[in-house]
Amino acid sequence: MPPPPDTREVILEAIELTREFDGVKALDRFSFKLHRGEVLGLLGANGAGKTTAMNCLLGLTLPSSGELNAFGLPLQANRIKILQRANFSSAYTALPGNLLVWQNLLVFARIYGVPNSKKKIAELMEMLEISHLSKRVTGQLSAGESTRVNLVKAFLNDPELLMLDEPTASLDPDIADKVRKVVRKVQRERNIGILYTSHNMRDIEEVCDRVIFLHKGKIVCQGTPADIVAQSSSNNLEDVFIKIARDGELLDEPKKESAV
Amino acid sequence: MNFRIISALVMRYLFLYSRSPMRLVELAFWPVVDLVVWGNVTVFIQKNTNPEFGSYVLFFLGGMILWDIMFRAQQGVAISFLEDVWTRNLLNIFVAPVRSSEYISATFIVGMLRILITAVVLSFISWFGYAFNVFQLSWWLIPFFLNLMLFGWSLGMISTALILRWGLAAESLAWAIPFFFQPVVAVFYRVEDMPAWSRPIAWCFPPTYIFEGMRDVMKSGTMNWDYLGYSAGLNILYLALAGWLFVWVLNLTRKRGLLTKFATQ
Repeated sequence: MPPPPDTREVILEAIELTREFDGVKALDRFSFKLHRGEVLGLLGANGAGKTTAMNCLLGLTLPSSGELNAFGLPLQANRIKILQRANFSSAYTALPGNLLVWQNLLVFARIYGVPNSKKKIAELMEMLEISHLSKRVTGQLSAGESTRVNLVKAFLNDPELLMLDEPTASLDPDIADKVRKVVRKVQRERNIGILYTSHNMRDIEEVCDRVIFLHKGKIVCQGTPADIVAQSSSNNLEDVFIKIARDGELLDEPKKESAV
Repeated sequence: MNFRIISALVMRYLFLYSRSPMRLVELAFWPVVDLVVWGNVTVFIQKNTNPEFGSYVLFFLGGMILWDIMFRAQQGVAISFLEDVWTRNLLNIFVAPVRSSEYISATFIVGMLRILITAVVLSFISWFGYAFNVFQLSWWLIPFFLNLMLFGWSLGMISTALILRWGLAAESLAWAIPFFFQPVVAVFYRVEDMPAWSRPIAWCFPPTYIFEGMRDVMKSGTMNWDYLGYSAGLNILYLALAGWLFVWVLNLTRKRGLLTKFATQ
């Protein structure tokens, strides 16, 4: 029996999204819906199309064709309005390293028009256990500290939609675990919809309600992490990932019977 | 000393030059600018046999100070943008609710603050060190500064657009672009002392009118109002063109997915 349809509000939707680079399709008729309060994992090997998808969703790259809507509005025409209600954090971007942590956060609080910004920054820093970093130079932080500062920036405007691009990349298991727990806690408390990419399957299993596996820009399979493992011939999500990365499909092809 | 290691390092630098045409252009660009500027200055000095020419030398200081105003305005825009590229902050800005017009306006204001600091420092040093009082230009200083600032902003937007399009390979343009104009906008010499073919080109750019006006004010205390009018009119045109170019390139980089390369540069 198919699962009942999700009746929660759709806050992000891609319809037949295609993005070509020099004739090669990095995304090929990619469609999905992200609901309010849901964490959706976007998975795939390097080059599968998840970064391209994320960039299209952030408005950094325009799709070759297809539709993108957020909060029921077309993204391109309402970019500023939508970005005001969304936020983003990536292991591959940084806040300016030559400023103090509080200076960086204050700049973004001002950009997002956060009321009582100093209080808000202090609360978020306390929640992420980095209050002691406030007066440190951002560029001198460790990877774990930097990730948590980026998350403070990402939570500053109480986003309804959050895009997290490999937030635990290069973190040690202890810090990665703390980051996952904080993301999940804030997400549940505030009912945020999160689009989450990661190569760490533990991340995905702990954080994501639903995942989409991409291969060469196309969706190979989607569902809850447990469902996908159950549907596959693999024992865990990591094996599913490897299988899809190598073969581009979830299930082994049925072996052809040899002619006698 | 191991020649093999030295040759490997030389090879590394040659690879760098072959991968970056901009670096090769620079090899010729700066010497040519120097040659043209100082060639025209030499002609200017040779043509002036007036015994009072000694006092004209102050034109050079005036030209240098006003040139720096334009240069700092351009740098305010281009370097502010580069600061975001260097610190890998650009994507944070582009995925925040920031309009291009708001971003550019912020860099304009930084340009204005840089001008203020530069103007104060240079005025003091030229007064105490060389008895050159920039305030002899009196109230004319205000329209001079404003017009040069506007042209600096236009050049800043053009530099930013080029860096957006070609990435850090075009970084050197942030410094080079104003100097591309220096030989033709009559900073240190009169337009009539320039080679005949280059004079019509000179009058196409707003700073030419300002530098000519500055020399008029220093010499006779009067200013040709037409110069101010032409300069302001051309500035509006160049600002509009530079703004259009910036927005067009920004849209192009979005279409081609080039913006994201700034995340890892």
